[in-house]
Amino acid sequence: MAELDSRIDYAPTHEMNGIKYRRGHVLPFGGTMVPNGVNFSIYSSAATACTLVLFKKNEDIPYTEIEFPQEFRIGNVYSMIVFDLDYENLEYGYRMDGPFDPVEGHRFDKNKILSDPYAKAIGGRDTWLGDPKWDSPFPFRSKLVFEDFDWEEDKPLEIPTEDLIIYEMHVRSFTRHSSSGVKNKGTFAGTREKIQYFKELGVNCIELMPIYEFDEWEHSKKHPDTGELLINYWGYSTLNFFAPKAGYAATGKYGMQVDELKTLIKELHKNGIEVFLDVVFNHTAEGDHRGPSISFKGIDNKTYYMLTPEGYYYNFSGTGNTLNCNHPVVRNMVLDCLRYWASEYHIDGFRFDLAAILGRAQDGSPLNNPPLLESLAYDPILAKCKLIAEAWDAGGLYQVGSFPCYGRWAEWNGKYRDTIRKFLKGEEALVGELSQRVQGSPDMYLSRGATAGINFITCHDGFTLYDLFAYDYKHNDANGENNNDGGNDNDSWNCGWEGETSDPGINYLRHKQIKNALTILMVSQGVPMILAGDEMGNTQYGNNNAYCHDSELSWLNWDLLKSNSDLFYFAKHVISLRHAHPVLRNKYHFQNRDYKGSGYPDISFHGVNAWNADWSDSSRVFAFMLDGNHAKNGFLTDDFIYVAMNMYWDGLPFELPMLPEGKSWHVSVNTEMPPMQDFYPVSQELKIENQHSFIVGPRSIIVLIGK
Amino acid sequence: MSFKIKSEVADSVAKITLEGSLDSASAPLFQEEIQKVAGQSPKDMVLFVSELEFMASAGLRMIVFAKQKLGPNVQIFLVKPQDLIIETLQMTGFIHSVHIVDKYPA
Repeated sequence: MAELDSRIDYAPTHEMNGIKYRRGHVLPFGGTMVPNGVNFSIYSSAATACTLVLFKKNEDIPYTEIEFPQEFRIGNVYSMIVFDLDYENLEYGYRMDGPFDPVEGHRFDKNKILSDPYAKAIGGRDTWLGDPKWDSPFPFRSKLVFEDFDWEEDKPLEIPTEDLIIYEMHVRSFTRHSSSGVKNKGTFAGTREKIQYFKELGVNCIELMPIYEFDEWEHSKKHPDTGELLINYWGYSTLNFFAPKAGYAATGKYGMQVDELKTLIKELHKNGIEVFLDVVFNHTAEGDHRGPSISFKGIDNKTYYMLTPEGYYYNFSGTGNTLNCNHPVVRNMVLDCLRYWASEYHIDGFRFDLAAILGRAQDGSPLNNPPLLESLAYDPILAKCKLIAEAWDAGGLYQVGSFPCYGRWAEWNGKYRDTIRKFLKGEEALVGELSQRVQGSPDMYLSRGATAGINFITCHDGFTLYDLFAYDYKHNDANGENNNDGGNDNDSWNCGWEGETSDPGINYLRHKQIKNALTILMVSQGVPMILAGDEMGNTQYGNNNAYCHDSELSWLNWDLLKSNSDLFYFAKHVISLRHAHPVLRNKYHFQNRDYKGSGYPDISFHGVNAWNADWSDSSRVFAFMLDGNHAKNGFLTDDFIYVAMNMYWDGLPFELPMLPEGKSWHVSVNTEMPPMQDFYPVSQELKIENQHSFIVGPRSIIVLIGK
Repeated sequence: MSFKIKSEVADSVAKITLEGSLDSASAPLFQEEIQKVAGQSPKDMVLFVSELEFMASAGLRMIVFAKQKLGPNVQIFLVKPQDLIIETLQMTGFIHSVHIVDKYPA
């Protein structure tokens, strides 16, 4: 049998200036290693000619350019195999010829060298904030990657969604601070050094803020007053959907970012931790008609972007352009991309930034049955991946509770965030809504179950949990936008003083409020998500939109673990409490009845009087009891759990519901108590003397275990 | 420094000495040597790399290739790798696939 590399379809038919090539394979798109060479394939619906441009690594001048012969084009796809290339030192791009006619949607310019939308790695930003080379004719350079990583036995973990505890983090912020104690600060390798920390805390899923290649220099500027360099730090502006950010890899300078990230994922999986990616398919880094032509704009503007009838860019993302996600070609690119990350990187789930855009038609109108969302939901390769939508966009489409789900999609539950924040700050008339939120929001997700909602109180966008109780107002002056950026609807409360204070009473209350928040999050049905650092009282000093700060404002200060050790130990406890009690982790909603014949309904509601919740507008108290006989929707048996929340400013006696004969109430959590006395470890809970009544302190929460 | 490689198998131990820079140009030569020694079913593979100055991605993959070619029971030793090589192995995680030693046998 002939060797694969001696087959005639892997032998050159053309030669130019010593470069040998032949007709290629139209699929897959991108640059793919084949025997003896590389197959290049690219789509453009309206280009009249296409030229492959080959560079040696880091060189400004290409060493060769090969125009695709017309016979190498099938349909709208140009493909070519080029032989004897140095895979590691090759960088490539394309020139596209065609009309420059913006009104018709075309912006071809054969003078520009464009990045491959399907490139698996991008050169040019190999190290974080490296030389931006503003004058380079080809700043973002497509590269090849080896796809032979040794995964051994690894595969995505497929942890049941209801059992997840998600930890949202920024790769660089997490370990960049001098206190992080890791060798490779601010990188994938650095995150790998913190795996034991994730395990100690108890989270079983990390959600990485964007790690697709982006340009941290995009829209960079100096702060007009302080001179501080402000950059695209968060990275919600994609250059390429298939390439991991080289600047997040300690080995990015060697082009080994793919290996470093895969090793991180493999090690996390070994430790029982899933990996979600925060993906940004709503727009790209090319901006509007004034923005640069990096890739999509010059390759096929009309296909990749939503355009107005005049040829301008719809701006549903708030960033200048909107990816045309429901165009069949773009839809396939998104599918290809997610399949690639799920199969090649073993990613466990995806959170879609401004996902409501993915449900818009090509003219921007909302679709009843968005093909992209349906395709993702039914895709065979993504079948076990968790799909999570940020169910709104900057164009005013708000779909929390109504995002097209196809039985698959979950949502960031923004209403959960708002309700819990308002209740914690002591607002009235929230008990009814609160009862829905802690049940997994059946009012919003009746037919979708409790796992349709990702519960969170804080995320990267907005105040940290500490700042939520230290600031009434945002303090974004450091962003250089005259404090006009960032939301004003924070539902925060400074507990009596704006910002840092030495007042022990205020600081005590702030810590208590953080513990109250973490407790509610961990005893709510649905999937909890914690913002990295909230477990140790991280502050951004009142900045609720730190998107541009590569500084200590963003970097997690690990010294807080010591100074706020009470918060960390408390967070660990409530996380372990959730893991220990399956009755807190139901997949489907409660039925508000006793379907197990235990004598108790699966969930019951209480107030200062047992079995008599105060639903009135003036109420700031709420209690509920879970009957462990109905754990995991009746398939498991657990203890009884009673949670009483008192957001009134005085302590109140709560009458406790009576337990079955032989069981008694034990304290697991009491946030009114001093640090380290405010919880009892799982299975070591303190039996209370008075089994009929418990005084819940002012603005405090208790969790009792009935066993 | 140009790439140099030599190999031998003695007493069921494959010994390969690498010098220079192991990159996409030189990796095929390393692969050839791995295939050559694998045919003699060694129990250990020892890479003498004190004179190896750089290992690119293609070089790293040859370690994975050797591991897969030789099977899980064959241990791979790197004798006296330079700091840059160790650092690269650590950052990418390939360090878990090999044993770093000062001499072989210990």
